[in-house]
Amino acid sequence: MKLVAVTSCPTGIAHSEMAAEALEVAAREAGHEITVEVQGAAGGPTIPAADLAEAQAVIFAVDASVKDVERFAHLPKVEVRTREAIDRGPAIVERAVEAASKAPVTSGAPAAGASPAEDEDDVFASVTGDGTSRTEEVRRWLMTGVSYMIPFVVAGGILIAASFAIADAVAVTEVTVFTEDDGLFLPGDLGIDAITWIGAVLLTIGGLAFSMLVPILSGFIAYAMADRPGIAPGLVGGLLANEVGAGFIGGLISGLLAGAIVNLMKRIPVTGTIKQMMPVLVYPLFGTLAVGALMLLVIGEPVASINQALESWLTGLSGANQIVLGLIIGAMMAFDMGGPVNKVAYAFGILSLDAGNFQIMAAVMAAGMTPPLGLALATVVRRKLFNEAERRAGQAAWIMGASFITEGAIPFAAADPLRVIPSLMVGSAVTGALSLTFNATLQAPHGGIWVIGVIGNGLLYLLAIAIGTVVTAAAVIGLKSLRGRGATVQPAAA
Amino acid sequence: MTTISDLITPALVTTDLAATDTRGAIDELAGLLEADGRVTDRAGFVATVVAREDETGGTGMESGIAIPHGKSADVARAALAFGRSSTGLDFGAEDGTPSDLIFLIAAPEGEDDLHVRVLSRIARKLIHESFRTSLRGATTSQDVVDIIEREVEL
Repeated sequence: MKLVAVTSCPTGIAHSEMAAEALEVAAREAGHEITVEVQGAAGGPTIPAADLAEAQAVIFAVDASVKDVERFAHLPKVEVRTREAIDRGPAIVERAVEAASKAPVTSGAPAAGASPAEDEDDVFASVTGDGTSRTEEVRRWLMTGVSYMIPFVVAGGILIAASFAIADAVAVTEVTVFTEDDGLFLPGDLGIDAITWIGAVLLTIGGLAFSMLVPILSGFIAYAMADRPGIAPGLVGGLLANEVGAGFIGGLISGLLAGAIVNLMKRIPVTGTIKQMMPVLVYPLFGTLAVGALMLLVIGEPVASINQALESWLTGLSGANQIVLGLIIGAMMAFDMGGPVNKVAYAFGILSLDAGNFQIMAAVMAAGMTPPLGLALATVVRRKLFNEAERRAGQAAWIMGASFITEGAIPFAAADPLRVIPSLMVGSAVTGALSLTFNATLQAPHGGIWVIGVIGNGLLYLLAIAIGTVVTAAAVIGLKSLRGRGATVQPAAA
Repeated sequence: MTTISDLITPALVTTDLAATDTRGAIDELAGLLEADGRVTDRAGFVATVVAREDETGGTGMESGIAIPHGKSADVARAALAFGRSSTGLDFGAEDGTPSDLIFLIAAPEGEDDLHVRVLSRIARKLIHESFRTSLRGATTSQDVVDIIEREVEL
């Protein structure tokens, strides 16, 4: 079980701390996970959004009222005085666990064939109840997906960046170190030096970690919505989003679809043995089939068409005004990392490179570096607007942005797309336009800061990136601050 | 650097409380605090602590510890006094268990600082049986301070 708790006592020195300790010890000994927020005079860190999203019950061990109690409105609760938690920690934890098991529909079908009375006829309704606004709920789902995805972004991103840093950015991508048929290739076999080989190994591992971004995001958004049964459909939906080239936005769609479909299935009234089979057979099978079919047959085609349309449009533009072209390319690079729009812009850069136009490639790369850099800057300048997970992602984003790994921005974009994506687009557009105006050139297809050696007008290029980074950060901070409370589900002291 | 010895020293410890009732125990421990310059107005401080006891029905826990505490302007420096009672005292534990390990916590008014944080950490340790057992087995005041220092790594 995943639990959250709040402790609070007037003096804030002893009782609240002891109650927290007692609950933590009791929960862990019983094999559960718990996050405790100590409120009161000194207080401690607030419960992270991801923990709130996954919690199944809340314990209030308080001698006074709970601050920002609306955060827990969706959870079954156990309320006691601090002393009771101190004296009888295990029993209190047990009560919370019981309350969580009795909560409506966390797995299996509704009881006695009737839909829960208070449910809206809405497949997006969260299984643990209502009480919070719909936007808050969706945000929580997205945040859960993002928090599971971040370790993959960090691991993959840093490995890839490392490979570009130590070896030649172009050479490493051309090396294959392992095939199933022939096994492992050593530097000697490939005619390359050890450094390049190591770089290729890092790139292989990092690249595969990266390929998990969208599936994990999708799978755990579905998990937040529909609990365990949502994982398989969501994850497979995400794999298919990759297949059809829909990028992380496709992953958001597949995750939400998977969650909704599984929740829909949970309403089917069944009893007895069939009820037992639902989570084991029915949800995984039909959930995956339904989401998969939708992604492949319904989403795939439009995405491909968008791809083609954008390609021809962009090629048609190449004669146009430099500034306009730069703005457009920049905005496209930042729109949907890994998705059709971003891919077209990047492909355009590669095509131009082959055709001898090195300015376009430079602009493309610069515009792809600013999103993570701008977000990293934002997390440093206005920590409070971001939660724990996002700050961690922000730290990795520095190195990823520097290495032209635009995906470093995905966690932020996925958690708050309506504010983050426009900000990224503005910053990247500025960078793209500046890069073209400064006439920077790049003869390599990627590599970020590590290929600075082959960048023409390098200093101005860096300036373009720096300006874009600041613009991105300012836009992100501006939009997030307008929200009023600042961070996501947390009560931020903005 | 804040260390445990900023908060508790053998001078603030008695392994054998003379008092036979709650108020007496609080007063006895407050006396140690006053002698060490931690509390300026002993009577005032004791009144604050007793008021809190009455307010909450007592700070005695079923594990045998009691944590009377006062946060007031009468406290010059944060401190922790400890007294062990051989007879046990009634600090109002829910199930009537008498308290034999009495911690008197003195915190200055105003913003909580590092000292108070350390006090909280010591308080947390009291949840653990092993800590309480060690305290019950201590022979001298220095022992008690050593045990606390050992258990509560900074």
